[in-house]
Amino acid sequence: MIVAERKPIEEIMGFAKNCKKILMVGCNECVTVCYAGGRKEVAILASALKMAFKKDGKGLEVTEVTLERQCDHEYLEEIRNIVDEHDAIVSLACGVGVQFMAEKYLTTPVFPGVNTRFMGVTEESGVWSERCQGCGECILGQTAGICPISRCAKRLLNGPCGGSTNGKCEINKDLDCAWQLIIDRLKALDRLDDYEEIIPIKDWSTERAGGPRKVVREDLKQ
Amino acid sequence: MSTKTPSRLEKILASGNLAVTSECGPPRGSNGDTITKKAEMIKDYVDAINITDNQTSVTRLCSLAACIRLKLMGLEPILQMVTRDRNRIALQSDILGAASFDIFNILCLSGDHQSFGDNPQGQNVFDLDSMHLIQTVRYMREEGKFLGGDDIDRPPRMFVGAAVNPFADPFEIRVPRLAKKVAAGVEFIQTQCIYNLDKFELWMKQARDRGLHEKVYILAGVTPLKSAGMAKYMKNRVPGMDVPDEVVERMSGVPKEKQPEEGIKICVESIQRLKEVEGVRGFHIMAIEWEEKVPEIVEQSGLFPRPKVE
Ligand code: SF4
Ligand code: SF4
Repeated sequence: MIVAERKPIEEIMGFAKNCKKILMVGCNECVTVCYAGGRKEVAILASALKMAFKKDGKGLEVTEVTLERQCDHEYLEEIRNIVDEHDAIVSLACGVGVQFMAEKYLTTPVFPGVNTRFMGVTEESGVWSERCQGCGECILGQTAGICPISRCAKRLLNGPCGGSTNGKCEINKDLDCAWQLIIDRLKALDRLDDYEEIIPIKDWSTERAGGPRKVVREDLKQ
Repeated sequence: MSTKTPSRLEKILASGNLAVTSECGPPRGSNGDTITKKAEMIKDYVDAINITDNQTSVTRLCSLAACIRLKLMGLEPILQMVTRDRNRIALQSDILGAASFDIFNILCLSGDHQSFGDNPQGQNVFDLDSMHLIQTVRYMREEGKFLGGDDIDRPPRMFVGAAVNPFADPFEIRVPRLAKKVAAGVEFIQTQCIYNLDKFELWMKQARDRGLHEKVYILAGVTPLKSAGMAKYMKNRVPGMDVPDEVVERMSGVPKEKQPEEGIKICVESIQRLKEVEGVRGFHIMAIEWEEKVPEIVEQSGLFPRPKVE
């Protein structure tokens, strides 16, 4: 999933400072699962905002809506009738949802309610961590199923570096060294010999470096 | 062994002599004299001098410019190059820049993470890793081509080195990792500073068991300790550094003003012992901001005078 964290309330107050009525839109997908922008977080943020405005002697009306997704036209259309009644939209979806909203509703300001962090997993309750950077040419088949691009601090395709210590990364004692994980798993798979195969220089043109990316499936296009 | 480049370091190693290299860190400013002064101090005692590339990710005068200064003094620089800060275009371009001044040695590194340095908020690049940089220099040299496939007019003639850390974790892949660098085309190795000699000897034995000592020249890295404080810092704070308790105790066991002397003594004793280890082909003396001590370490270790090659 895409993992996000709510922005500080002060920042969101700054966005809304000249508004009388805002539309706050949650998303029922990833940001719900990571407790950043689902129905519950919309409700909490809405009342916190209203309270903060009241303290400053100002009134604020907030309409709360949570959509199934904000990255598909069909769900975003659901709010078309009410958008114009509002001075601004605060979207608690990931950056993708916020942008799609802005692309659709051209004359209403749209502000992000969360900081979008990464694609990752729920490691345990309340802990999320990164697993993929969408490089566009997955090499997990060569790295025992562990991604050095997203999990090694230096993206080393042929690690570990000399800083790996007791299984931890040189940059942070709380961070597993991706290459230690890869080696442990190669061992468990009885494939440690594979370690000696050099993973070649990567073609990064399928990654961010190649410019904004697009997938087109002719068979599905209308 | 025959040589493949005009590198003096390669010639000395190929002749069977123990090689001695050292390093200078460029200044945090544009005063080039700092480099030439440091080099003057050690030049008669070493065969080649590494110039570090923004080590520990702290911004400094660039390695290439400093190497050119050494070259103009008639010395033999080893250009350290990290993949942290440059993509493959910039790396190849800097390699050619160095080659245009007939810099004949390169040390291929990935580099410390930028979070250790003075710009922790900066981007990193890591377009290639150190293994790839080794392959790149060898490819440019052997094939006379750029990574993109075009021909190079006057390809670089560089003796290709890399660093290895026999002490980093996980220990069981430390020799396979060396084998991997050898397969990538590395020709000489400078190791991380050795304080745990037992562990180093074990690593070296495993390398010999695979015949790696015959495929690559291994220079054992040593760093004289200045104080007990430095020993403790290295032990506890520097990732991938193995300083045994005995070494810390030995440094702490002498009065403060005697500690630098003790540090030099430990360093010289280590070199003496490492000379006997089969497969050790020379020494890399990293006297961090203590270059003036390199001559006495070299002399006391019986490595002076340095052999002459044409
Ligand atoms: S290799 Fe690329 S696609 Fe595969 S998990 Fe890593 S970043 Fe994602
Ligand atoms: S310690 Fe491991 S995860 Fe961290 S940079 Fe080095 S190889 Fe990568």
